[in-house]
Amino acid sequence: MKVTEKDVAYVADLANLELTEKERSSMLRDLNSILDYIDRLNQLDTTDVSPMAQVSDQYGVDESKTGSARFLYSIREDILEGLRKSLPHDVALQNAPDSDGTFFKVPKVIER
Amino acid sequence: MDLNTLTIDAVRDAVQERRTTATALAEAFYSKIEKDDPQIGAYLTLSKERALEQAARMDSLAAKGEKLPPLGGVPVGIKDVMVTRGVRTTAGSKILANYVPPYDCTAVARMEAAGAVVLGKLNCDEFAMGSSTENSAWHPVHNPRDLSRVPGGSSGGSAAAVAADMAVATLGSDTGGSIRQPASFCGVVGLMPTYGRVSRYGLIAFASSLDHIGPLTKTVKDAAIVLQIIAGRDPMDSTSAEVPVPDYIAELEKPVAGLKLGVAKEYFGEGLDSEIRQSVEAAIQKLAKLGCEIVPVSLPHTEYAIPTYYIVATAEASSNLARFDGVRYGHRASDARTLSEMYRRTRDQGFGAEVKRRIMLGTYALSAGYYDAYYLKAQKVRTLLVRDFEEAFKKVDAIVTPTSPTAAFKLGEKTSDPLAMYLADIFTVTADLVGIPGISIPCGETKEKLPIGLQILGKHFDESTILRVAHAYEKAA
Repeated sequence: MKVTEKDVAYVADLANLELTEKERSSMLRDLNSILDYIDRLNQLDTTDVSPMAQVSDQYGVDESKTGSARFLYSIREDILEGLRKSLPHDVALQNAPDSDGTFFKVPKVIER
Repeated sequence: MDLNTLTIDAVRDAVQERRTTATALAEAFYSKIEKDDPQIGAYLTLSKERALEQAARMDSLAAKGEKLPPLGGVPVGIKDVMVTRGVRTTAGSKILANYVPPYDCTAVARMEAAGAVVLGKLNCDEFAMGSSTENSAWHPVHNPRDLSRVPGGSSGGSAAAVAADMAVATLGSDTGGSIRQPASFCGVVGLMPTYGRVSRYGLIAFASSLDHIGPLTKTVKDAAIVLQIIAGRDPMDSTSAEVPVPDYIAELEKPVAGLKLGVAKEYFGEGLDSEIRQSVEAAIQKLAKLGCEIVPVSLPHTEYAIPTYYIVATAEASSNLARFDGVRYGHRASDARTLSEMYRRTRDQGFGAEVKRRIMLGTYALSAGYYDAYYLKAQKVRTLLVRDFEEAFKKVDAIVTPTSPTAAFKLGEKTSDPLAMYLADIFTVTADLVGIPGISIPCGETKEKLPIGLQILGKHFDESTILRVAHAYEKAA
């Protein structure tokens, strides 16, 4: 077993998930089964292979440039309103579970 | 009008020539949905007001004798992971049960600007995480070809709506096969364009280095027409590529004779259903008869695609889904006393089991001490997968494979075993990791009359070639 009950509790904490007792035990079983399968990646020697975070680094960029200059097409001048006007206040708040009309409201932040 | 034979051009011409109206057509589709969708479950939300306003606009253009845009009056459906202004968008999740977006996804806006009539939002696996649409928080989708079976996923509603004539075309999203696999299970055409070909602005993010938007349609030509509309650079999405968009429809009719098509043995090994193998091999023979040269190629790292995918996709998802915290939109747990308790309970109540599983796996893979072993390792194997295709594409113009190792499975068959469900994507995930385009087209049926899909994979930004091959096969079949 790679993942222990303690790991599940720790990772749930990192992910801001409050798992029930039942969810924790099925999570333990599922994560171990999936990670066992994922282990086959270790059959490959990747010592000299560079990692790839995204494929757009390879295609559709200016090949004559290096580094972030390859993506110059996606950079634009700063403009006051941006590409789209900001949402009006009331529209931005319309989906809020709780608001006072000016701000999003949340429960107490400081615990004591 | 007979709804089941309608293609995009047929609809637009009929509305243009006043043989019908866009309004009558939209209403006919809504009647069809009302009658048939209770058994299928493809739609989550109908946008009647918006649809009928747009239909009226198209009808008044036609009445004035003005030329309709390419999708003028065409009834379409949109996967519920694309935001639509004023129309509830849930991503198949309880956490967004009442979310009404204040803006439109670029792909949807482009479809409407081209005259499409958006009938409503289509069911899918929660946050597009699944291969059967059984992970929808609302209800599963039944395959129109056999109601006891799944439609595939995660764009199961998008595929089923086209198959059941409840839309002429739909938009889906593909992160590991979610357009192509349901297209194959439901017997329709599904196209995943190159990474960066179509803007994802307004697509609720699952895995940002893998997410694509694309069409599901009845014909290859319709897929080309929709791609023409939605493709191209969008300043609102910095990952949309600055690569010119060709005339896909003109390219469609070019001859296929002389094209080199690769066949990789790694896609015909153990686990491939024998009926699927026979159909796909017969389809390859047919393409050979049309003058294509069939060339054996090797994609040696294929078996590592699923494990790579489930690290990369879940790691990105764990980050993307952090935004659902009960503060700005969506569900909020009502009984929490502190902010951190509110986050935890909101997410526990709002997310379903598969979404939690993937957030946990992704968070684990990115956590201190495991990052190198999992996330970095997967990124390196991703490079090896890209090299496999670079080598193969030195020899061939496109690669043909089965879309899925089996035909549609029964509802409930794989829900208790997450790993078995993941393996349903074994032939589709690689293209997402490599960023190349892929299309699934129908290529026959099993003895039980279940559709089989042929997948054609192409070079980056070469949708034209795979569409051309698919179109030639469709005409010949």
